[in-house]
Amino acid sequence: MTSKTPVELLPRPANVSRRGFVGGLSAGILGAVASEAAGAETLADVPDRGPGADLSAHSERSRFAKLDRIPEATPGKRNVDPGDAINSKTPHQKLVGNITPTDLHYERSHSGVPDIDPAQHRLLIHGMVQKPLVFSVDDLKRMPSVTRVVFIECTGNGWENWKTADPDVTVQNTHGLVSTNEWTGVPLKFLIDLVAKDKDSNWMLAEGGDGAGVDRSIPLTDEIVNEAFVAYGQNGEPLRPAHGFPMRLVMPGFEGNLNIKWLRRLKFGSEPWMTRWETARYTQLLANGKARQFQLRMETNSVITQPSGMMQIQPGYNRISGLAWSGHGKIAKVEISTDGARTWKPAQLSQPVLSKAQVRFQMDWVWDGKPTKIVSRSTDDQGNVQPDRQSFIAAMGTNALFHYNAQQTWSIDEAGRVRNVLA
Amino acid sequence: MSSHDKLILAGILTAGLLAAPALAFDFGRPATPQDIKLWDIDVGPDGKGLPDGSGTAAQGKQIFADNCAACHGDNGQGGIKDRLAGGQGTLASNMPVKTVGSFWPYATTLFDYIHRAMPYPTPGSLSTDETYAVTAYILSLNGIVPANGKVDKDSLPKIRMPNRDGFIPEPEFDPARLFRKK
Repeated sequence: MTSKTPVELLPRPANVSRRGFVGGLSAGILGAVASEAAGAETLADVPDRGPGADLSAHSERSRFAKLDRIPEATPGKRNVDPGDAINSKTPHQKLVGNITPTDLHYERSHSGVPDIDPAQHRLLIHGMVQKPLVFSVDDLKRMPSVTRVVFIECTGNGWENWKTADPDVTVQNTHGLVSTNEWTGVPLKFLIDLVAKDKDSNWMLAEGGDGAGVDRSIPLTDEIVNEAFVAYGQNGEPLRPAHGFPMRLVMPGFEGNLNIKWLRRLKFGSEPWMTRWETARYTQLLANGKARQFQLRMETNSVITQPSGMMQIQPGYNRISGLAWSGHGKIAKVEISTDGARTWKPAQLSQPVLSKAQVRFQMDWVWDGKPTKIVSRSTDDQGNVQPDRQSFIAAMGTNALFHYNAQQTWSIDEAGRVRNVLA
Repeated sequence: MSSHDKLILAGILTAGLLAAPALAFDFGRPATPQDIKLWDIDVGPDGKGLPDGSGTAAQGKQIFADNCAACHGDNGQGGIKDRLAGGQGTLASNMPVKTVGSFWPYATTLFDYIHRAMPYPTPGSLSTDETYAVTAYILSLNGIVPANGKVDKDSLPKIRMPNRDGFIPEPEFDPARLFRKK
């Protein structure tokens, strides 16, 4: 993924060759913009100005910006027919900033994407409550709302690397099942008060209106009661169908599967229901054959997105950039090693750093042209440190399938080719 | 909302116009018993929520062939979707095979999942008795009920699945400890 387009967005450091600078940068951010035509070497080559296209009801992406999710199936099953896909991954190698574009937010759907008319959608809240109620979408929109930027992450994120590292994958393949959006909706606590939940009810079943009726048991801890909400807004607009239109549960910091899409029922009870999803599916098989259950919180994590898998860099200045996140709270620091995890330097975090949201980190680096490995490691404000692969696998084994948060290493060979490796 | 409540609310709203702002709103509508009956489909591990009815593994064999085998294979193996039978003894190996027989901890979950989500193209199309029958058949494929075995709301929760003790709750959200008074 190289580009010769000589676009300079940042001041070039002294004594770094123009060629080296351009090559490194274009492997990163500018890799998102295809340079199909010859670049403009002098300003005289820049095309003349003139009237542009008519104004329109929607602003589409530039035809020069190629940004797509990729539908995939289980680990190693890539480039599948959309009918066989079980998820669709975010192109982190082509994105900047903290917020994922709405149409590029990752998707995991268990029975396709239902086409729901909001006028015919209802949310039933019942069980251990004094007043079981039925709500329409309009009812929810009339209620007091919260707006919050949070990451949502599929527990399968990172699952390509449990046993082996395929060298020919991008960060979209390895880490495309996490995204960050701004969500707007009604606090769960407000709904709990409306139905007058029994104080002895400590578990809640949330169920979707998709063909699978995906349902999960949610423990009503103080944290969850205070932070969960039923969202109808996504980055300022109604939810996209792939993300639960017209309403979904948002559970900041917790397994993506708990953020039930197309939400149509909340039932209050006193014990978990042991649904298929929380027993047979989203449990983590350990080396001894036992499975870890109710590992609901998403871990402290980070990944370098530029440069990353399948890019090619040039010697000289390269800016390393990536994303960090934690289901425990705020990212406190991100460190980067450019010598295969021997020494570490702090990365700069883009502000504001929000709790349970992805944050962009970056660091300047001058590559000497010798083969090496780059890796990031995050620490959150609760003191949790993203584990190195060896200690992570020692604890979890290689069969867990879900909740992979080991440090991601990219190797760089003498030609500057960036490839996925285990460590 | 009862007419009595409405009177109170009207009073509050009227008072609100005259005095300090008083917030009292009315959202949604009461859920009727019919509403709840229609959607209250979940089944717990204690069998709560299981409907009346029953089915045998023998009956389930044909229902499975007609509705399930295309994706899951003739005997719950070798299909294009999840394998349902076999795999016992593989969970600690490098190639674990997770099936109903080798991995699922509760038989009640099997009824619940078939009832809510299967067959994939037409979830909910099987009758209650057919769902019990397919449940019994899949359990029989795993040697958990006999080939002529029958299941219903009383027997299903009593079945002890081979991997019932195969799960370790994460301490932070362990149902046996969470919310217990200290």
